[in-house]
Amino acid sequence: MQSAEGTVQKTKASSSIGKILLQVFLIIVAIIQIYPLIWLGFFSLKDNSEIFSGDVLGLPKQFLWSNYTKALSDGNVLTYFANSVIVTAITIIIVLILSSMAGYAITRMQWKFSNATMTLILLGMMVPIHAALLPLFKVLSSLNMLNNYFALIIPYVAFAIPLAVFILGSFFRGIPRELEESAVIDGCGIYRTFFMIILPLVRPALATVAIFTFLSSWNELMFAVTFINDTAYQTLTVGMMSMVGTYITQWGIIGAGLMVSTIPTVIIYLLLNKQVQNSMIAGAVKG
Amino acid sequence: MNSVFSNKRDILVFVLPTLLIFGAIVLVPIFVSSYYSLLDWNGIGAGTFIGLDNYVEMFTDSRALLAMKNSLLFAGASVFIQLPISLILALILASSVKGEGFYRTVYFIPVLISTVVIAQLWSKIYNADYGLLNTILENIGLGHLAQDWLGQRSTALVSSFIPTLWQYVGYHMLLMYAGAKSISPEIFEAAKIDGASRLRTALSITIPLMKPILKVSLVFSVIGALKVFDLIYVLTGGGPFFTTEVPSTLMYTTIFDTYRYGYGSALSVFIILECLVLTVVINKFIKSE
Repeated sequence: MQSAEGTVQKTKASSSIGKILLQVFLIIVAIIQIYPLIWLGFFSLKDNSEIFSGDVLGLPKQFLWSNYTKALSDGNVLTYFANSVIVTAITIIIVLILSSMAGYAITRMQWKFSNATMTLILLGMMVPIHAALLPLFKVLSSLNMLNNYFALIIPYVAFAIPLAVFILGSFFRGIPRELEESAVIDGCGIYRTFFMIILPLVRPALATVAIFTFLSSWNELMFAVTFINDTAYQTLTVGMMSMVGTYITQWGIIGAGLMVSTIPTVIIYLLLNKQVQNSMIAGAVKG
Repeated sequence: MNSVFSNKRDILVFVLPTLLIFGAIVLVPIFVSSYYSLLDWNGIGAGTFIGLDNYVEMFTDSRALLAMKNSLLFAGASVFIQLPISLILALILASSVKGEGFYRTVYFIPVLISTVVIAQLWSKIYNADYGLLNTILENIGLGHLAQDWLGQRSTALVSSFIPTLWQYVGYHMLLMYAGAKSISPEIFEAAKIDGASRLRTALSITIPLMKPILKVSLVFSVIGALKVFDLIYVLTGGGPFFTTEVPSTLMYTTIFDTYRYGYGSALSVFIILECLVLTVVINKFIKSE
């Protein structure tokens, strides 16, 4: 009896040591994942003399907010930021409208090629944007459409469609037929049924698609660097590259620019982290 | 009822805009690029048809071969270093430890940040004179290990892999975590009653049941490695001396710096095919029932 109690206590003790070790491990990983970003925040508030005197690790001696004002105005970050907001917002709206309509027609309306259309669109998920780069560049430049918001918006929409149609389609499938039937009996046409009754039901799916599209267009580089070279239309990703070129040795200002382009994403994440995590999972588990 | 949901004109209004944009921007360019890849063309005037010469060049040119080798090494590093770390983290977090939600949230943050920012940040971390890495090494008495991580051939490639591995550990962790959490708790209870240890349970129950999500992670990490562009382009531009070149950066410089549209297109077609083939192979290889 006593010895049995002894073993129980022993395993309890060793399991609590195990738990502590586990926590230490998890905290170390957390530091590895997050410290580089905190460090970015620190050096975005320092001046060169502080950074280059070997004290790059810790808190700034005094917070040099002027790095931010310099980055925003002289470094054009405000323009880049506004461009990113415009491009991303319009992309999200168009993706939501187009792919919810297409997803609805494919999963809920009766026509011959609905399955074939779905398969074709889903194939698009495997296509990397590399293939489109040069053909699109040629078309855009011959149409004089380089350096234009739509030079980015249209390709971003196109490459967001497959995943969006997939996610929305699987939500539409789960809606009971009776809802549509009663709407039609009440005299609703297809457009009213879709926009007034069905769409509000799939709000979580719309949110998922919006989050996904936000991340991919906000962070996209290859199209942005190729189709836009006029500062007035550059988005944050490209803008960051030219800013780094301009302020090559002024880490503080570069850091401030990088912070400005990162903060919106982090805020959205901290506000909606459950929803963002679920979107990323939904985006991966696509079939 | 039926007439409302099968009106041809309405269906067209719902589907056609999407199909047009998708077809014109995603599908048609594949064929256009395939055609370009058969040309010797600098983008001005008409190109000369040269058959498969670009592809022959791709598989004999040492720079292209090095780029392919690098991307395969990168895929290998993702599969054999990144995924196991993600799996361990996912299994720990899924076994209801304290602070589960907090850790999951924190580990995931780098995933959301633009690769351009990640690359700029890491170029500062690696900076030979003032970088975070060398400063830490000096502070802990390992100053002799401090070096120009990205500037020299011996360390550039590995150094340019690490930021992506670091960034996406949290992504695969999250997928695997979701996979582990979706397993019915009754199975774990049964294992507990049978006296199975935590490790045993993980190895013989959790991981096998996570096979579908592990496959997704495997495909994503391999494909992600093969088409990597942003990070290398910003961090090293493929240098020094092409040591960190990958097919995408080579494609980009071939097209936009040396104006060899045909050869660049051949590289882009190669990247698409490589991704397609490996997706199919992995799916065939690991059948999830």
